[in-house]
Amino acid sequence: MSIQILMPALSPTMTEGKLSKWVKKEGDAVKAGQVIAEIETDKATMEVEAVDEGVIGKILVPEGTEGVAVNTPIAVLLEEGEDAADAASAEPVEVASSPCSMPACPPQAAAPSHAPVQTVVDIDEEKFFKNVQTMTVREALRDAMAEEMRRDGDVFVMGEEVAEYQGAYKVTQGLLQEFGDKRIIDTPITEYGFAGLGVGAAFAGLKPIVEFMTFNFAMQAIDHIVNSAAKTLYMAGGQLGCPIVFRGPNGPASRVGAQHSQCYASWYGHVPGLKVIAPWSGADAKGLLKSAIRDPNPVVCLENEIMYGQSFEVPTDPEFVIPLGKAKIERAGTDVTITAFSRMVGVALAAAERLAEEGISAEVINLRTIRPLDVETIANSVRKTNRLVSVEEGWYFAGMGAELAAQMMEVCFDDLDAPVTRVYGADVPMPYAANLEKLALPQEEDIITAAKKVAYAA
Amino acid sequence: MAKPTSPAGKAKLQTVTAASNVATPEQMLQFYKDMLLIRRFEEKAGQLYGMGLIGGFCHLYIGQEAVVTGVQSVLQPKDSVITAYRDHGHMLACGMDPKGVMAELTGRSGGYSKGKGGSMHMFSREKNFYGGHGIVGATAPLGIGLAFAHKYRGDGGITTAYYGDGAANQGQIYESYNMASLWKLPIIFIIENNKYGMGTSQKRHAAGDFLKRAEGFDIPGEKTDGMDVLAVRSAALKVVEHVRGGEGPMVLEVSTYRYRGHSMSDPGKYRSKEEVEDMREHHDPIEHIRKTILDGGKMTEDAFKPIDKEIKAIVNEAAEFAQTSPEPDPSELWTDVLL
Repeated sequence: MSIQILMPALSPTMTEGKLSKWVKKEGDAVKAGQVIAEIETDKATMEVEAVDEGVIGKILVPEGTEGVAVNTPIAVLLEEGEDAADAASAEPVEVASSPCSMPACPPQAAAPSHAPVQTVVDIDEEKFFKNVQTMTVREALRDAMAEEMRRDGDVFVMGEEVAEYQGAYKVTQGLLQEFGDKRIIDTPITEYGFAGLGVGAAFAGLKPIVEFMTFNFAMQAIDHIVNSAAKTLYMAGGQLGCPIVFRGPNGPASRVGAQHSQCYASWYGHVPGLKVIAPWSGADAKGLLKSAIRDPNPVVCLENEIMYGQSFEVPTDPEFVIPLGKAKIERAGTDVTITAFSRMVGVALAAAERLAEEGISAEVINLRTIRPLDVETIANSVRKTNRLVSVEEGWYFAGMGAELAAQMMEVCFDDLDAPVTRVYGADVPMPYAANLEKLALPQEEDIITAAKKVAYAA
Repeated sequence: MAKPTSPAGKAKLQTVTAASNVATPEQMLQFYKDMLLIRRFEEKAGQLYGMGLIGGFCHLYIGQEAVVTGVQSVLQPKDSVITAYRDHGHMLACGMDPKGVMAELTGRSGGYSKGKGGSMHMFSREKNFYGGHGIVGATAPLGIGLAFAHKYRGDGGITTAYYGDGAANQGQIYESYNMASLWKLPIIFIIENNKYGMGTSQKRHAAGDFLKRAEGFDIPGEKTDGMDVLAVRSAALKVVEHVRGGEGPMVLEVSTYRYRGHSMSDPGKYRSKEEVEDMREHHDPIEHIRKTILDGGKMTEDAFKPIDKEIKAIVNEAAEFAQTSPEPDPSELWTDVLL
């Protein structure tokens, strides 16, 4: 059967073009890959190559014709054993489907605006607090990694100074001695490279824990965290997961200046395909990190350097894990809800204590997980207090507070008795001077002021 | 680049003598089939693109077939393969089903990624093919990660990480060289040097010599003629022996040429028609192996006809499947974000 050669689209946006030149004539033999014609689009002149072998039986569109619609038959190709009569009978036909028959944007009327929330099984956390040990956040993180490494031979730790130096912030202290240099790996200072290495190893089924000395340096690696780790499961239609943990201190430390003091919660929280956690206490650190290591998805664990040295009671049971995606009400209250994560939870609790002295009962929620955000717990609290103050150390623009405000407006607008109010880091690069740094960061007083404002008690 | 004479003059001379030692007549015929499948598949993909059935970016491998065919011929099933966005040929060479690959190009549910990946993003756990990556240079660190896993598990597998001459300028390539050499990771970095990083010729984009860059990391390298599948196979045999033997990484620079544009919408103003024509007419890898087989005297011209027909049928079947496989169900929008 003769083959119709159609006017090709040479870019996704091309709908028509000029058939500027026929390189082959009727009767010419053509091989697959040979140039048969030239066409002009709005962008360039390009060559049309034959896909099949045969003889040009009939040219249907003469050269010089403008405005030839994509997919219009432009010539008839005769295959072996056919003659011109076959071509003559092949009149140009209307092409049934336009080149882009699919609608440009599938109608979404019935579709939800985001993916269904995964069900999170909560745990009876109190049960685990019957046996506790007082330890620093630093030790809790180390124990989380050690326990999971004992449990699963595929888990390994890599990063700058994690082995012989024992951790730039001593979080990996003792791990090299217990697990050896096959599983505790010092890397060169090469974040992009070792983050990519970790992702590749996770594709192959290993469970890397990649430590960044701080998340500021992970900016060099964010391509692999987002493009390689977060998106591959989807791009692979579910075939290839990436069980990896990226962890390290996030947010401002103390007097380290602009390039070492930034909160990345909303950056990573923005990305579908990632889970993001931000532990505050020792129990948070241990329980969340253990869950992160066991999770089959890429997890970003945002720690805080100032918290590393603080001590908390931490459950000793190695099966103590905190589910990802669940917030924790750290202090119950009735008048105003205050959300915070990481170091700010402690500051919010101190503020709540002082508010109580002034007769305002604040409910403090420790977000624990940034993504997926536990909207339900927060909304339930707001339905009770009718007010929300969001606290974060990061910048306000497109920050966590902005997200919380939007979500509360969407799910419990009618329950709000005051605008959602944000407490956040000053919208400037972090200054070095002690007084300026303090001014740039949310303080207890800022939270108290915000809480009073929404409670109309100012 | 000026009009090329031979893509890799020296390597070519070596392989004339090596050809008969490198592959049996049966293997040579297999290479012919493998390369022809890629060629015909890509031509068909170009046609479907022209009909609007394939969207977005579509980077064809036409001209470069000998590279992946030659390298793949010396690998074992347990070895891992990773490449960038000009990836259809690699998938076919890894034994992935042409129907699944073509249906991914048309964005259909029968595609390897259920239509959610597209031309640049396909994977096969079964064939140890790890993509299909759109970020230039990313295959190097991801590749050393796959190699790290082979070493960690001690399974004897190695990784081939492909990237182009353009990608060879990315910093992450050298971060990867450093770690691969330090830790003696079982990886072959394969530079598919088709002379152009998109539209910028090697002369204008790369200082110095690619293999000398690797030397600085104590990584040995080999250069070979990528328009001759037997030359590629010969070089790959040598490189694989080194890497599988636990001697650490190697770089294999393969001199090749893409006949088509960087992607479908490339008007090709940066190189002359004569240059492209010369490569097609005088250095075509498929013609080269066909001639080698014919010269061997065991096959006649006529004996190729049924093979060509068979390949054409496979490709037509793939194209048919790619047009009839349904679009993904709208509910697929929300799946595979998290496990």
